[in-house]
Amino acid sequence: MTPALAGLALAPVPGAARAWRTAVDARQWRAGCEAAAATGGRLAALWASDDRDRAGSFTVRALLAVFEGLVCLELAVPEASPNYPELSDLFPSAARMQRAAADLLGVRAVAPDGSVRDARGWLRHGAWRADHYPLRRDAPAAGAGGNGDGRYAFVPVSGDGVHEIPVGPVHAGIIEPGHFRFSIVGERVLRLEERLGYTHKGIEKRFESMTLEQGARLAGRVSGDSTVAYAWAYAMALEAITATSPAPRALHLRALLLERERIANHLGDLGYLGNDCGLAFGFVQFWRLKEDVLRLNAEAFGHRYLMDCIVPGGVAADVTPPAATAMLAEADRLEAELRELRAIYYDHSGLQDRCINCGRLQPRTAALLGVVGLAARASGHAMDARAFPGFAPYGQLEPRIASHRNGDVAARIVVRFEEILESLRLQRRILETLPGGGTRQPLGDAPAGAPGIGWVEGWRGEVIVALESDGRGGIRRCHPHDPSWQNWPALEHAVIGNIVPDFPLINKSFNLSYAGADL
Amino acid sequence: MHKILLKIAQVGIRSEKPPGTDEALRMRATQLNGEVLRMLGRALAIRHVDAGSCNGCELEIHALNNPYYNLEGLGIKFVASPRHADLLLVTGPVSRNMEEALRRTYEATPEPKLVVAVGDCGCDGGIFGECYASRGRIANVIPVDVAVPGCPPTPTAIMQAILTAVSAAAQR
Repeated sequence: MTPALAGLALAPVPGAARAWRTAVDARQWRAGCEAAAATGGRLAALWASDDRDRAGSFTVRALLAVFEGLVCLELAVPEASPNYPELSDLFPSAARMQRAAADLLGVRAVAPDGSVRDARGWLRHGAWRADHYPLRRDAPAAGAGGNGDGRYAFVPVSGDGVHEIPVGPVHAGIIEPGHFRFSIVGERVLRLEERLGYTHKGIEKRFESMTLEQGARLAGRVSGDSTVAYAWAYAMALEAITATSPAPRALHLRALLLERERIANHLGDLGYLGNDCGLAFGFVQFWRLKEDVLRLNAEAFGHRYLMDCIVPGGVAADVTPPAATAMLAEADRLEAELRELRAIYYDHSGLQDRCINCGRLQPRTAALLGVVGLAARASGHAMDARAFPGFAPYGQLEPRIASHRNGDVAARIVVRFEEILESLRLQRRILETLPGGGTRQPLGDAPAGAPGIGWVEGWRGEVIVALESDGRGGIRRCHPHDPSWQNWPALEHAVIGNIVPDFPLINKSFNLSYAGADL
Repeated sequence: MHKILLKIAQVGIRSEKPPGTDEALRMRATQLNGEVLRMLGRALAIRHVDAGSCNGCELEIHALNNPYYNLEGLGIKFVASPRHADLLLVTGPVSRNMEEALRRTYEATPEPKLVVAVGDCGCDGGIFGECYASRGRIANVIPVDVAVPGCPPTPTAIMQAILTAVSAAAQR
């Protein structure tokens, strides 16, 4: 069923992700987004490309998630006046994506009065000049030399007794780099402003120097903790371009790998969430369980985090009967321990005290901000790309969506527990119904043309990859999209009114990726 | 409370024997005198700096503190400030956006200022290499004593690199 969106003529995008696309003019761009926003749709990703060599203009794409699936609006933006109608009034999460597109390609999102709502650099700190656009095709990969202005105007908060706490980019724990600017009164947070982009290392430019096959390895290193989700999304996008259908066994193995990635990450987070409440017992127990999972990964698939196990066309690893037996035994053991530890966590008065009503993201705020994944599910939004619209092989596995309404740290803990248990169930089902046959197909030709789209529900949320071929085996453009783009702004809202010492706990309960959104 | 104690008793101690050192990982001869090493003993303070990694190496650094590797059991602990650190554990290719922060962190670290570069990216820039946004390997920005390859290196390999940085230097 094709979605109806402001009378636009939508063409289906081939491949496993349910998606449609259409070229739009500036008026339709706004109308399409308005229609999506008015009917409960959200912005899944926004990125720009340099198509001056092919079409004489830049292209800005808005990928909208609507009821039926994804809709990609493609707007040509002329070089002479590289402006396009901005979307952050409809989708607040567009703001940072638009700023990133401005930094990388020099396309500006403008309001109807011609102004740019936020002209500050996002990915561009001081590493390159403001008039240099590294993702343009005529910009050398090495850069143009020269530093830009790295200063950043944080939004000031004034009033009696208000002061600021700057934190980062180098943090006190073993964390990725980013800067947090707290404006506080006493111990209460009035406002948090994040400044990210510190780990920007030119991934999108790097993709353009690679072949389509090589890109899979880089995609698996956009955010190391979600390597399976990215590798799958990339493979799905490339398979869409090359009209390749992975074998049923390969798809089941991919799902097995994805669920194991989810289990490992959730176990680690549950350990840290206990630890951040002063319950070191929780850290030790959950990290013991996580280590067991990682060791079995290494034994069964050759890599603790399953990097490079998913390849375009299928998988590079297979499950031997002894490995399947070991994983089934592990699932039984893990489930029993998990239920035991869950009872301890839920009964623990210290955890209840710290986690309940702490860092609340209200369902309404979550919807407004277009929050995705685990954080959305903990704030009352039952979205999960595995279940709806679903992608193979999940239709056969019937995944159940875990959800909670309270939107606090406790809710995000509950959802993690539920999701591990569900992943263990899925793992059992996959292993018990694993189809025979091959695990890797040769890829077909990759013609130049519209992007292929990959859409996978990783442990943190949906991971999207949009991939274009240059028609000669190389990557013309690849945009990997992390759920953290949407969820970082939600963290700013969740901490309002909480005390500063609760921030590490709230932050960990979201556990967002810096690398994934910095690119 | 009794459930927690029961669980602790049931699980028991899972810590494994730490690895030995590996001179092959050494990048430069560090002049640590015997006095410094005696003072450090095995109580080493580490400051981790992510200079642009994909966060894969961070997963394994976290794992160092799990009960199997139990790094703290060796007297080695992660500290919150470079001013409290003896050793910097640095991951990533150095993104240009982190270059200054990494330099400043290095400057803020008191002697002996040991540096262990972690992962393929830390060793040679890895898959990201050098470009407009990346300075590549850690040694392009600050002096590196020991570099441990891997994508990501296992906790045992990282532990070995840390122990190499402090212990083998004793013989110099």
